[in-house]
Amino acid sequence: MKGILGRKVGMTQIYQQDGTVVPVTVVEAGPCFVTQLRLPERDGYRAVQLGFGPAKIKHLSKGQQGHLATAGVPQLRHLREVRTREDEVYTLGERILVDVFEPGERVDIQGTSKGRGFAGVVKRHHFAGGPHTHGQSDRERAPGSIGACATPGRVWKGQKMPGQLGNKQTTVQNLEVVLVDPERNLLAVRGSVPGPKGALVLIRGVRKQRVAKGG
Amino acid sequence: MNLVESLERQMATPNPNVPDLSVGDTVRVHVRIVEGDRERIQPFQGTIIRMRNGKSAGASFTVRRIASNGIGVERTFLLYSPRVERVEVMRHAKVRRAKLYFLRELSGRAARLKERRD
Repeated sequence: MKGILGRKVGMTQIYQQDGTVVPVTVVEAGPCFVTQLRLPERDGYRAVQLGFGPAKIKHLSKGQQGHLATAGVPQLRHLREVRTREDEVYTLGERILVDVFEPGERVDIQGTSKGRGFAGVVKRHHFAGGPHTHGQSDRERAPGSIGACATPGRVWKGQKMPGQLGNKQTTVQNLEVVLVDPERNLLAVRGSVPGPKGALVLIRGVRKQRVAKGG
Repeated sequence: MNLVESLERQMATPNPNVPDLSVGDTVRVHVRIVEGDRERIQPFQGTIIRMRNGKSAGASFTVRRIASNGIGVERTFLLYSPRVERVEVMRHAKVRRAKLYFLRELSGRAARLKERRD
């Protein structure tokens, strides 16, 4: 599976020739470097490790510096792995640019969603909250009942409750690549991408191929 | 200029048939209408009551016209859309605010704007 690391730039709109407007997210993707090859013989699985983003030497540990020097690549801030098939050939230190993707292709994008902190049940699970009127107090955003009485005598596992929302690894699947600009390393995909502007995202080929109806 | 803006500049090139517009202008907008596989051009004439989002790709303007029976019709066009074929400015007007929403409350002679000649 091919992949590239990038930085989310922001959203805009693109006009197609017939005048339809496509909402797109722009990602500054690459240039990435292959920093390590994972091989079945040694690691038990096959993957490439990609590195992205300039880093100052003071931000890298000696171990990281040595790891990058082995690959013969510049100082890089972020490393991520992408699983590969046997027929995909990568060489250590290889530069990967956005042009591995082309318009019309589908991709999956993985990132870290915006953190919303400790969120209540209305925001986190789209509960309706309680009634606002009829003598209610303190019930507007309350979860309501969380279980029955003596049977089962406990709260079910998985009961939706308040807690941390966002700041979690999220993958959006099957996004259409609308535009590739190799000159400025830009990629635009239809729809939204997890995370704030400037966040690291991993763009990969699709994991689930769409099967034609009846196929 | 950030990357999104520069990309927008590149993708949303100004249409040479659309002059600089401003609020209060009386314009005739020629829009391409696609019906199935047929295409035709429909004019829409009225006063610009709103300009939105300046130079970004999503910039739009709203034209208000009084249709038959004195019913107001407002239509919003995307400034950089290829569907906006051509815009003719018929008249400029002297206006003192950015959005002319007050025209919605007025009708007939009260809804006139003073012409600006320059």
